[in-house]
Amino acid sequence: MTQNIKTPWTQKDLLGLRDLSVAEIELILDTAKSFSEVSQREVKKVPVLRGKTVVNLFLEPSTRTRVSFELAEKRLSADSIGMASGGSSMTKGESLWDTIANIEALKVDIIVMRHGSSGAPHRVSNYTKCGIVNAGDGINEHPTQALLDMFTLREIKGKIKGLKVVFVGDILHSRVARSNVWGLTKLGAEVVICGPKTLIPWGIEELGVKVIHDVKKAIDGADAVTLLRIQMERQNETLFPSIREYASTYGMNTELFKYAKPDAILMHPGPVNRGVEIESALADSAQSYILKQVTNGIAVRMAVLYLLSGAIKNEK
Amino acid sequence: MTASEKQVLDAGGMERVLARIAHEILERNQGISNLALIGIRTRGVFLAERLQKKLYEIEKKEVPVGILDITLYRDDLSEVGPKPEVHETNIPFDLKGKAVILVDDVLFTGRTIRAALDALIDLGRPKVIRLAVLVDRGHRELPIKADYVGKNVPTSLQDRVTIRLKETDGEDEAVISGGPKA
Amino acid sequence: MKNKLNGQSVKNLIIRNAHIVDPANKIDDVMDLHVKSHRIVKWGKDLASEDAEILDAKNLHLLPGLVDLHVHFREPGYEHKETIESGAQAAIAGGFVACVTMPNTKPACDNAQVVKYQMERANVLNFNIFPSGTLTQGREGKKISEMAEMKDAGAVAVTDDGGWVMDSGVARRAYEYAATYGLPIMSHAEDHSISLSGVMNEGIVSSKLGLRGAPNAAEDIATARDIELVRLIKCHLHFSHVSTRGAVAMIRRAKAEGLPVTAEATPHHIALTDEEFVKYDTFYKMNPPLRSEKDRQALMAGLEDGTIDAIATDHAPHALEEKDRDIEVAPFGTIGLESAFGVIMTELFHGRKWKLEEIVRKMSLVPAEILKKTNFGRLKTGEQANFILVDTEKDWVFAEEHVHSRSFNSCFYGKKLKGKVLHTFVKGYQYAL
Repeated sequence: MTQNIKTPWTQKDLLGLRDLSVAEIELILDTAKSFSEVSQREVKKVPVLRGKTVVNLFLEPSTRTRVSFELAEKRLSADSIGMASGGSSMTKGESLWDTIANIEALKVDIIVMRHGSSGAPHRVSNYTKCGIVNAGDGINEHPTQALLDMFTLREIKGKIKGLKVVFVGDILHSRVARSNVWGLTKLGAEVVICGPKTLIPWGIEELGVKVIHDVKKAIDGADAVTLLRIQMERQNETLFPSIREYASTYGMNTELFKYAKPDAILMHPGPVNRGVEIESALADSAQSYILKQVTNGIAVRMAVLYLLSGAIKNEK
Repeated sequence: MTASEKQVLDAGGMERVLARIAHEILERNQGISNLALIGIRTRGVFLAERLQKKLYEIEKKEVPVGILDITLYRDDLSEVGPKPEVHETNIPFDLKGKAVILVDDVLFTGRTIRAALDALIDLGRPKVIRLAVLVDRGHRELPIKADYVGKNVPTSLQDRVTIRLKETDGEDEAVISGGPKA
Repeated sequence: MKNKLNGQSVKNLIIRNAHIVDPANKIDDVMDLHVKSHRIVKWGKDLASEDAEILDAKNLHLLPGLVDLHVHFREPGYEHKETIESGAQAAIAGGFVACVTMPNTKPACDNAQVVKYQMERANVLNFNIFPSGTLTQGREGKKISEMAEMKDAGAVAVTDDGGWVMDSGVARRAYEYAATYGLPIMSHAEDHSISLSGVMNEGIVSSKLGLRGAPNAAEDIATARDIELVRLIKCHLHFSHVSTRGAVAMIRRAKAEGLPVTAEATPHHIALTDEEFVKYDTFYKMNPPLRSEKDRQALMAGLEDGTIDAIATDHAPHALEEKDRDIEVAPFGTIGLESAFGVIMTELFHGRKWKLEEIVRKMSLVPAEILKKTNFGRLKTGEQANFILVDTEKDWVFAEEHVHSRSFNSCFYGKKLKGKVLHTFVKGYQYAL
């Protein structure tokens, strides 16, 4: 817990960590701690969002994030409903405004939105009274995932400031990595990015992270290593020669992981590609907190929904 | 205490009142078995811990203490603007079959206790729930009654009752302030 | 404002006390100008004519009408975005008396029929249009288009604008063919295999916003290829909408070596950078994209030392429903005819203390020279009246009411401008704005 005076949460949306202050991020993490107890109970419910309606608008396929949000909403006693569009609305050129306006007409309080286009929730948030929670927009941000990653880190290590956190994999297309970079650098962690040049975004050093291509050097002395999924081809561009070469140069295994600190933890936003970015045995080892991340995800999402629900009332 | 405050309990008074409540609890429960103390954040928790000590002094047995945060059960959540801070609820024992003594500093409208009861029911099934408060200032808005009261203090609605505890404020006292201005 | 601009036929008019700036004729003085039966009679001090109407132009400047080397009028095929008629209205509202239209219509302007159609429409509407034809048939980058016939029909240049011929062998033959008929090649320099699906400039801003970007290299590589082809063929190649500091440097070197290249830049590349994208607003999605401040500064330097010869708007209208989509899917482009003069006056005349005659050169005289249209870019006695009256000091804020195009996708809404066109004379018809 911090000693700072807590700022009350006043925004109706959570669009990303890029525009959040340190105090706001810490408020979410502190609030999440209080909510993690709810999921341990017999009766996993609190009446906080009773009578509130939340729509999960997932325009990009997802099972894990969607289920996590749904459970968080139901445990807060909200009326939760999912809406997915068949196929990608991007290729159909469907008007997002129409979709959102229709949802608003159902008198919904919060929309949890996942969309294939970066910036879609930002564009939509100005035009609706509903609170918008970004559950992933294109390759831009996935704030609740980064928040649960940071929450997990903080729970295990006691703090974030000064920790060395390393991300290995496809950073270029990872909204999870981007959100983490924003959040971790704001909270004072040392962030290292590792991968082939083809998977690293232009100028990322200017965001305050180190880029190291050699995996052994990158994870040397790391407190936490997060592995990212890779896809060989994106948009008809081949980004590396073969899965085999990627696995042999960047795949994390028990031997390699020894270069990190002895008490280092391993994280992965999932789903895991066993044998590609991570050795199967390592994924199941005691140093892997991948499943803990999933559990913490519900507490973090409950905290976010709780805080946002206060701000929406204000704006009406 | 400031000039406009009137003291209704001093440090000594508070000690005596807590000692009496401890005895009353034991009397009604016919002993110490199955007792559990649950303090309502924040000051209720410290009072529960003091009661725990008093009970130990008498019976030489430790009664478990739990911490209850009732923020998520408040009935005014949809009205209050930015959401109030939530703190942890921590009840490290099974509620089933226990005689729970809810502990709070001031009993006023009764809404806090109503929220606490809802929270407790969600957390388990105690055998019985009783309420101990340091000060009862009247003006109930719900049919709630305290089983153990430190001091009954008649107040007007404009009055403010402030409890100070050594653990949080450096001294022990209960004061009333405010009321119709001169 | 959707009020149609109606031209008043000028039968006999004396414009009094206008400050005429015409560098081709070396005029920079306050005097009168006489127009009769749509044509310029003469200019001079204290002119008089019986029955002439008088237009008091005190404190106004009279400039040769602006010539835009790069507009999209979308007709035939995309009339929901713009028609030649609405495009002409937009042009007149911005002080333009002549426009070179781009051939990415549907069907593409790759044959004489489409050129003729466009010329006829312009004639009926009483506006000056110089159609450009495509470089390759259907803009597919494979077969040379019928340039000779298009030229006879009135085409003034060839370009595959919107695209670039990736196959250098095909490009070489197409440029050689164009050179045969003296047709300048206008090149939209972009290596598509690098720019790929980039929606904005690739740089620190695109990384921060999580958007795919197209790097400077895509334009620089294409520019380098085309310069080498010019060296080989010695054809006149004109670089459209230059946006990178690399391209500016290469064009400067090429000119120093005596190669016949010319270049244009747009008002939006001169005034804005990729920082505008913060709100993910598709009105800032153009091709080439808005670049970094370094590139913008290099463009200004290029304009000032003559590397960049002309200013052209790349007026690219799109319907709102089309722009109002996800960033990845929204079409590229911004309208620009109505705001161009105001933006250039604000950025260059007021902002960098340019002389008015330099503005006239970039926006009127040099474009006309590039097209070899000597009746434009300067006042000429006996010729149709094609000029503008402007207030160089007028403060205004660009808004929807100033738009006469069919489409409203402007990147300049809310921008404070200083300098405005008040009257446009096209083909002897007066339009009060």
